[in-house]
Amino acid sequence: MSDEQQLLEEFTSKEYEYGFVTEIEEDRIPKGLNEDTIRLISAKKNEPEWMLEWRLNALRTWQKMTEPNRPNVTYHKPDFQEITYYSAPKQKPQLNSLDEVDPELLKTFEKLGISLEEQKRLTGVAVDVVMDSVSVKTTFRDELKKHGVIFCSFSEAIQDHPDLVKKYLGTVVPTADNFYAALNSAVFSDGSFCYIPKGVRCPMELSTYFRINAAGTGQFERTLIVAEEGSYVSYLEGCTAPMRDENQLHAAVVELIALDNAEIKYSTVQNWYPGNEHGVGGVYNFVTKRGIAHERAKISWTQVETGSAVTWKYPSCILKGDHSIGEFYSVAVTNNRQQADTGTKMIHLGKNTKSRIVSKGISAGKSDNSYRGLVHISKHAEGAQNYSQCDSLLMGDQCGAHTFPYIENKNSTASIEHEATTSKIGEDILFYFNQRGIDTEKATEMIVNGFSREVLDKLPMEFAVEAKKLLAVSLEGSVG
Amino acid sequence: MINIHNLHASVESEGQMVEILKGLDLNINPGEVHAIMGPNGSGKSTLAAVLSGKEGYEVTEGKVTFKDQDLFEWEPEERANEGMFLAFQYPIEVPGVSNANFLKEALNEKRAYQGLEPLKAGEFLKLVREKAKLVELGDNFISRSVNEGFSGGEKKRNEIFQMAVLDPEFAIMDETDSGLDIDALKIVANGVNSLRDDNRSFLIITHYQRLLDYIIPDYVHVLMDGRIVKSGGKELALKLEEQGYDWIKEEVGVA
Repeated sequence: MSDEQQLLEEFTSKEYEYGFVTEIEEDRIPKGLNEDTIRLISAKKNEPEWMLEWRLNALRTWQKMTEPNRPNVTYHKPDFQEITYYSAPKQKPQLNSLDEVDPELLKTFEKLGISLEEQKRLTGVAVDVVMDSVSVKTTFRDELKKHGVIFCSFSEAIQDHPDLVKKYLGTVVPTADNFYAALNSAVFSDGSFCYIPKGVRCPMELSTYFRINAAGTGQFERTLIVAEEGSYVSYLEGCTAPMRDENQLHAAVVELIALDNAEIKYSTVQNWYPGNEHGVGGVYNFVTKRGIAHERAKISWTQVETGSAVTWKYPSCILKGDHSIGEFYSVAVTNNRQQADTGTKMIHLGKNTKSRIVSKGISAGKSDNSYRGLVHISKHAEGAQNYSQCDSLLMGDQCGAHTFPYIENKNSTASIEHEATTSKIGEDILFYFNQRGIDTEKATEMIVNGFSREVLDKLPMEFAVEAKKLLAVSLEGSVG
Repeated sequence: MINIHNLHASVESEGQMVEILKGLDLNINPGEVHAIMGPNGSGKSTLAAVLSGKEGYEVTEGKVTFKDQDLFEWEPEERANEGMFLAFQYPIEVPGVSNANFLKEALNEKRAYQGLEPLKAGEFLKLVREKAKLVELGDNFISRSVNEGFSGGEKKRNEIFQMAVLDPEFAIMDETDSGLDIDALKIVANGVNSLRDDNRSFLIITHYQRLLDYIIPDYVHVLMDGRIVKSGGKELALKLEEQGYDWIKEEVGVA
């Protein structure tokens, strides 16, 4: 077995270790993927018959598909028969104190300004004040319940709210949509389900909840958010802290449904293991995210992507209803050997629909960063408007930035604007900062944050500060 | 304040090191204003770059002491925090970073260097508003990105404004007058004059005598072929304006 294969093996089958070894009891099924695997997963999760059928159907669809070749991205294609598709519960080793945690990791936490309490939680250190956080969690749950908001794991939703799941699952991202969506549909492990009743403004940022709840992300995560008429929700997935996830392949599916006059704000901070500076290891992040906006509804995607070896995602909006709005705000950072091909699709179907795309790509090291976006205006989308802005920032002269804006316009009344810029953090700008007494590291942080400001401003407040620091940490050592 | 002795410096050009400064001597005491004039290519901007520590320049010989310490021991940001300020000939645009944010960071870095606490937001704003008046910059400019979309005159005024806020001991002005109309020139000169005092020194690099009508220097030096070939008072600048540099070339025998 070659070194790379061995590493691939390690990452797909073993818990990533931060320099300590702990044996954990795990409940897992044999490697490989066939109908029996699906039946086993479904049975372990005690799923109803309709769910099993849905999964099997997805598997059959997937088996007929071939893995797509992506331009501008090169990686070793995973061997799908070598992956273990069910492994639960994923337990991180319990440590007694932060002293047992990799000091490098702690340094990063400190730079990100993550509280001691949270550091312990993220690294699996036993927390003394568990009682407190449990009670906070319960308070949150009660508060949500009072407003009729359902927020639970996907597995719970299948058991407790089968009608809602049945009604909406796969309606935005159909099983056959693409190779990885089909795979996810067949084997998804868990994820989140969120339902906001008519006219309800979700009383808290669901990100706040996550801060306490530390939802462990699965390899094949499934998220479904339904916002009924006139409702509002802000949801944040991910974490600014480094996620040293052991799974090499991540193929999540996120579906958003914003019914008439509803608004969904979906924010992502992704900081998975990017591999080392030589491009060994790291997560493949192949995600399908899409929302459908009904009349006068609004869907807003905000993402800060700093992790993963290969990122391949295009959070999209189907603007079905008249006067609906789609937004996409993105900062994607690539360093060392990272590759990112990310962007959005805005599909204008309804009249007077509007979309806005602001993409900021930052490339450093020997990385490659591509924006790939589609703006589609259909025949019936009278008066549709799109504004796109794609800016690239280069650090050093060995990285790449690429912009691929696709525009399909079938309606002559549409207005489409596209702007793109490329700039470089050069010696001159750094010297200007240095001469004012600001060192290169701090200068880089300020320049990058300035470059990304429009996107960072869209993040929930408590995350914006951390995200800013995260950008700086991700780019450390890439200038000067 | 600053003592330059037999300074030789080279710059890389097309893969080769080319010597630009060839034994420059200059001594500036606290409170003095020195002007350096010279034809294009004589080494004026190289001197500013070498003193402030810009990359790409190599000091091959000589010594510079700043506040009685070896200047070259310090990184560019340390020189700045020790009290050296360079008003750039071509101020840099920094999209997305506001003037307020940029200056607050610069000021607090300097304060930290001096062992002082960061300035409180209120105190900082008060200081900034007061100094902005010196160069007649409006209130809204402080929230605009550093130099982005500024006119040539605004950029130069911003340099003087930054100087006023950072309160340096030694300021180098690299052709600050270039590209300024007469009104902007007067504003810039007034700003500089209001900062003159017994402890602060200036090195004014200029191509034209015009600026020196408004900022009266204590000494004028002529830089030619990498060395100071003639020094005098303000009248030397006037003579250069009238007669050009040829007579000096003949006098000192520089080609």
